[in-house]
Amino acid sequence: MAERVSEEEELESVAATTPGMLRLLLGNRVAVTAGLVVIAFFAIGLLAGVLTPHDPNAQHPEAIRAAPFWRADADARFLLGTDSLGRDLLSRMMYGARVSILLGVVVVLLTLVVGAGLGMLAGYFRGRFDVVMSRVVDTLLAFPFLIFALAIMAATGPNLVALVLALAFKGWVDFYRVARGDVLAARAADYVTAARGLGASTPHILLREILPNIVPPLIVLATLRMATIIIAEASLSFLGIGVPPSIPAWGTMVADGRADVGSAWWIATFPGLAILALVLSVNLFGEGLRDVLDPRMRKT
Amino acid sequence: MWGRFFAQRLLQLIPVLVGVSFIVFLTMHLTPGDPVEHMLGQAGRITQEQIDELRAHYGLDRPLIVQYGRFLRNAAVGNFGPSYSHQGRDVGAVVAERFPATLELTLFAFLVAILFAIPAGVVASLRPQGTFDRTATVAALLGISMPGFWLGIVLMMVFGLRLGWLPISGRIELGLAPLPTTGLNTVDALVAADGAALWSAVKHLILPGLAMAAPMAAMVMRMVRSSMIGVLGQDYIQFARAKGLPERTVVGKHALRNALIPTVNIVALQTGLLLSGNMIIETVFQYPGLGKLAVDAIAAADYPLVQAVVLIYAISYVLLNLGADALHAVLDPRVRAA
Repeated sequence: MAERVSEEEELESVAATTPGMLRLLLGNRVAVTAGLVVIAFFAIGLLAGVLTPHDPNAQHPEAIRAAPFWRADADARFLLGTDSLGRDLLSRMMYGARVSILLGVVVVLLTLVVGAGLGMLAGYFRGRFDVVMSRVVDTLLAFPFLIFALAIMAATGPNLVALVLALAFKGWVDFYRVARGDVLAARAADYVTAARGLGASTPHILLREILPNIVPPLIVLATLRMATIIIAEASLSFLGIGVPPSIPAWGTMVADGRADVGSAWWIATFPGLAILALVLSVNLFGEGLRDVLDPRMRKT
Repeated sequence: MWGRFFAQRLLQLIPVLVGVSFIVFLTMHLTPGDPVEHMLGQAGRITQEQIDELRAHYGLDRPLIVQYGRFLRNAAVGNFGPSYSHQGRDVGAVVAERFPATLELTLFAFLVAILFAIPAGVVASLRPQGTFDRTATVAALLGISMPGFWLGIVLMMVFGLRLGWLPISGRIELGLAPLPTTGLNTVDALVAADGAALWSAVKHLILPGLAMAAPMAAMVMRMVRSSMIGVLGQDYIQFARAKGLPERTVVGKHALRNALIPTVNIVALQTGLLLSGNMIIETVFQYPGLGKLAVDAIAAADYPLVQAVVLIYAISYVLLNLGADALHAVLDPRVRAA
């Protein structure tokens, strides 16, 4: 027992420094691999315009529902086959990575800034603002996320701006709660009292003293939220109320392939595998990050 | 003390319900056109005067807040007006017709998730990092990383199309439907002692139920596991063991009971997500429930119907959380005091 405690203490003191954290993270082989996969997806999404063998929306009427490369009836031009309109699945999937990642990053950053900002203010100033905010948060928490997004998207139709807002509308609440709780704890801490005693201004205390201390759990949460957002976006696109149909997206591709599950299973299967691979990697990376950055939540 | 606890919780519901209904009401006003335009869509040439007259008739010329009050009054008694699709039938009637199907599927998925997750979580916690634990952890990670609609389609391709074991759409085979008393096919079939109908109804629930249950099972399993590991390390467990109690009693009674307390919240949260999963899974499996109704209503721009379904889901979700709070209070006296 005693050995274990000292080991944990040692881990914590190593993790307290930035190079130490990096070393811990790099020592986690699963997290490193997952991180590399995420980077690969980012690169593919970014470079989709250069890397894709075909125009993702170009239809090839002579090669409709072409099979993937290992099958006898494959068409050599289309590595992973084509869909019911003869569009190249590989090219569409590469562009799909772009949409998923772009929306994931934009929504997570938006919710992080809004949620953490409001949470810090509520936690630091308490009072009426905190009371009102907690009512707002309760109301939003009472709303099932997907149903909520559905209500918004039903009203506006599929478009990217509405999609970002729909995905972000409730997403900031998680960041709000973490930031509020942590600030609440920090405002009583000695270093904050000291800063206040030295005459530091409130913005200085919030941004320069408290913020650096509450960033690690927020980063962990942001990573894990990205996985949720990617699935939510794909789900809405699958239902036809997410990404506009003219933009190739993984959810839309699975929906396109649904009619052909009996004859051309690959159309719905491959884009789903892409979602699984990306989300799984983001989750694994996020959990690795949590182990390093947020010792309180470290797995047993 | 109990009375006060529940009175307090019920009071807290009011602002939540007002907020939720206001958001639902507002989304209606984001939609292009108003109900009158939709109603007159098919009616040929109409003068502006007639439109204004109808608007006045439906109160659409009144201030927003008055319209909201009216919406609340009507919603409280389940009156959402005529649907734009479904041959103009009353929205309340259309919703009531579909509700049992969704209730049945959701309950089924809930049971599958719980009955799988709790034992799996307990077994995994007994030997952390053992073979079972590692396998379960990987499976759980896959479960939360997999989009439900895709899992549904894969299950459908493998067990429905390739192996032909299970049906891939609908609720029950044609002609087998039991007399609807509760509307839940399995219950009705049981009441009628109709084995063929029961089997058919269950077969139709398996694939969509599994697809819907997967993420919930994964999350609950992880929670049970980590909370069991925490509890098993406590002194009173060591004491129970030292007393010579059989391991079954120690794990099953002393440890599990306490480990389940934090699990209640996760279960409630995940059941709420099951409700969201309705729309997706019902769409994949062409299952005639509320979720598919909502998705179809969106495609048909049937806003009153969308509103009604969204409101029902939101209220169910709120009540679910209330139920979880209550259960939590029953299990953990500390919550009551707070």
